[in-house]
Amino acid sequence: MHELSIAMSIIDTATEEAAKLDNAQVLAVHLKLGPMAGVVKEALLASYEMASENSPLAGSKLVIVETELRAYCPVCETERAVVSLTDISCSNCGTPTPQITSGRELEVTAMEIAQ
Amino acid sequence: MSRPTRLVEVRQKVLKQNDVVARELRDRFRSAGVFVVSLVSSPGSGKTAFLEKTLTMMRGEFRVAALVGDLATDNDAKRLARSQAPVKQITTGTLCHLEAEMVRAALEGWDERELDFLFIENVGNLVCPATFDLGEELRLVLFSTTEGEDKPLKYPTIFNTADIAVITKIDLADAVEFNREAAHRNIQSVRPGMEIMEVSSKSGRGMEEFISYLRMRRAESRGAAAKGNELRDFSLVPSPSGRGLG
Repeated sequence: MHELSIAMSIIDTATEEAAKLDNAQVLAVHLKLGPMAGVVKEALLASYEMASENSPLAGSKLVIVETELRAYCPVCETERAVVSLTDISCSNCGTPTPQITSGRELEVTAMEIAQ
Repeated sequence: MSRPTRLVEVRQKVLKQNDVVARELRDRFRSAGVFVVSLVSSPGSGKTAFLEKTLTMMRGEFRVAALVGDLATDNDAKRLARSQAPVKQITTGTLCHLEAEMVRAALEGWDERELDFLFIENVGNLVCPATFDLGEELRLVLFSTTEGEDKPLKYPTIFNTADIAVITKIDLADAVEFNREAAHRNIQSVRPGMEIMEVSSKSGRGMEEFISYLRMRRAESRGAAAKGNELRDFSLVPSPSGRGLG
């Protein structure tokens, strides 16, 4: 269960960013999450709620946007969706695609703040 | 009436702090000329036995040392100390993985320039360590013949962040009817092109090959360092692993 420490990092990041905006009240934090980030969405949401409770972000929402697993396909010579986490191959032609281009994201992308 | 809100763009990696420390460590290790190998696996896969054997076999030829992560005990550190190599315990308490900062703190008092190889044994866990870069050059994921061939399919992310798969307890393969082809196929399915080694810490099978491989990788890494800084830009290193990127 490393989601709690990740939730705490998200809160730290958002608190720092809010400080730059005259300590604006944060209503929601938007997070980009890749299927290969090694983070369980539900566990992260629950951890966030717990970790934000006694912080300046209490009551704020965590909005998770899940990204797609994509890789460069050497046969199609372009970026393609990968079949699945357990079948790292091109969804178009079936070639193995070790070169992952998207899917490891764990990134705060935006915040909703009170005006 | 809903309150007026404003959306502000942020763009910050959540593990920025860990990534920064890991990158610093990686630079430090490279300039010190020490090759750093980390080990991840589930509990009981034979990480410590494998590492003890590795340290014992390499000690005559190289200056080797190990850091070992464990939740509560120092049993593993004691076992590894039998190899006569310097070993330091990192007790993580309730934390299920090592982070770069713990590695940095554990290195206090050690001069890495006096080492050829440093091994970092992560906490026995196939989930959480996947997310944290430790600044290592090579990450090994271990799984034993007694755990079943489908381990890679159950934990694809950790296999994908590792560089080499090491199948341990190969001496027990027949006894547990280990399906070697299925294991290899599953590894290739979650991490195409992954190099696989089969070892037995007990009989020593595969150990010489493993050590030769480390010898070669270290020589390559030193050759690259001597050639200048072109490989310091991690985006140029042809590793599909996500560690160190970004």
